[in-house]
Amino acid sequence: MSSDCVDAPDDYSTDTGIQGKVLRGGEPVEGAYVRLLGTGDEFVAELPSRADGSFRFYVAPGDWTVICLAPGAERIEQPVALEQGQQKQVTFRLTEAPAAT
Amino acid sequence: MEANNHMGEYANPDALVTTDWVAEHLNDGSIRLVEVDEDTEAYEKGHIPGANSFHWRNELQDPVNRDFVDKAHFEQLLSRKGIGNDDLVVLYGGNNNWFAAYAYWYLKVYGHDNVKLMNGGRKKWELEGRELTSDGPNVAATSYTAKDADPSIRALRDEVIAAVGTKPMIDVRSPDEFSGKLAAPAHLPQEQAQRKGHIPGAKNVPWSKAANEDGTFKSIDELKALYQEEQGLLPEDETIAYCRIGERSSHTWFVLRELLGFPRVKNYDGSWTEYGSLVGVPIQLDYKEEARV
Repeated sequence: MSSDCVDAPDDYSTDTGIQGKVLRGGEPVEGAYVRLLGTGDEFVAELPSRADGSFRFYVAPGDWTVICLAPGAERIEQPVALEQGQQKQVTFRLTEAPAAT
Repeated sequence: MEANNHMGEYANPDALVTTDWVAEHLNDGSIRLVEVDEDTEAYEKGHIPGANSFHWRNELQDPVNRDFVDKAHFEQLLSRKGIGNDDLVVLYGGNNNWFAAYAYWYLKVYGHDNVKLMNGGRKKWELEGRELTSDGPNVAATSYTAKDADPSIRALRDEVIAAVGTKPMIDVRSPDEFSGKLAAPAHLPQEQAQRKGHIPGAKNVPWSKAANEDGTFKSIDELKALYQEEQGLLPEDETIAYCRIGERSSHTWFVLRELLGFPRVKNYDGSWTEYGSLVGVPIQLDYKEEARV
């Protein structure tokens, strides 16, 4: 039962989901925090990106928000509208956060 | 940094330390830093310098009975980890400190009072770009002596059944788990309990409502609004918190007990994987496709 264990729930279609990559300067980023929020910004899950920068959520059709947090990088938020059978690809390209004042 | 500035307003501000505090005390010999993760490989990949780890399944659960390890094995575990009776144990972990909060509650059950959580856990430490290492800690074994398990902060099955309809219960799982649409968090295998739904009368306050995006706890005013104003919980209530396997509810137990100062709150670590498999107990199922018509 590791954090990136994302077996499809039995009442969710396995071919519907959100997957993507986290990149910094074109290179994959491991260990970025990718958060999934559902309706009403309800927290659903949070996964670290894998060694190749990838992440994947098996979720039902609906409106989702995916957020990426990574050290030294600006927070990125991406809304995703998902229909039955769709696999949406999200690519987060990290940009440097402004220095703390 | 805003989250750290209001820590002094919690009922028990000593239950938390900041990432800054930990960074400043890495070489303090009387502090035992311990990482506890759901992802049991995370520690090996990298951890805070000097930190040891608890494996939540292999070290904190009895390998045969579904229960804690017994007192003797707990003493052996802490002795092996180099934790003395007077040492300050500072816990942190992934998943917004779920399993670190579980270990905090667990240590309290066995009477280790000198324990704190690092606010924000591993995520906040990482997001701040702080050092991680794969080097193991230097450990000198101790002879730890535990107290008898404290039943006042742990709810077991019979107490929970008797509490249905009479004591407040907080179900900290996601709304879809609470309604019975899902049996487990959406990103995890749908396993375990025989039935879906929740304990009748339980209120659904997902654990995540008590946490900020960086893993730190919400402010005292936000927590009071969430549990006391919206849900009507009272500090003197014998509130029982539960989830699926007892870790997320430890997070909420920590919030209610240490941050809001509710002295009688209990964690039901059997949680839904036990209750949802019991024969003859009442279940509330709200999800329309499975609800009885």
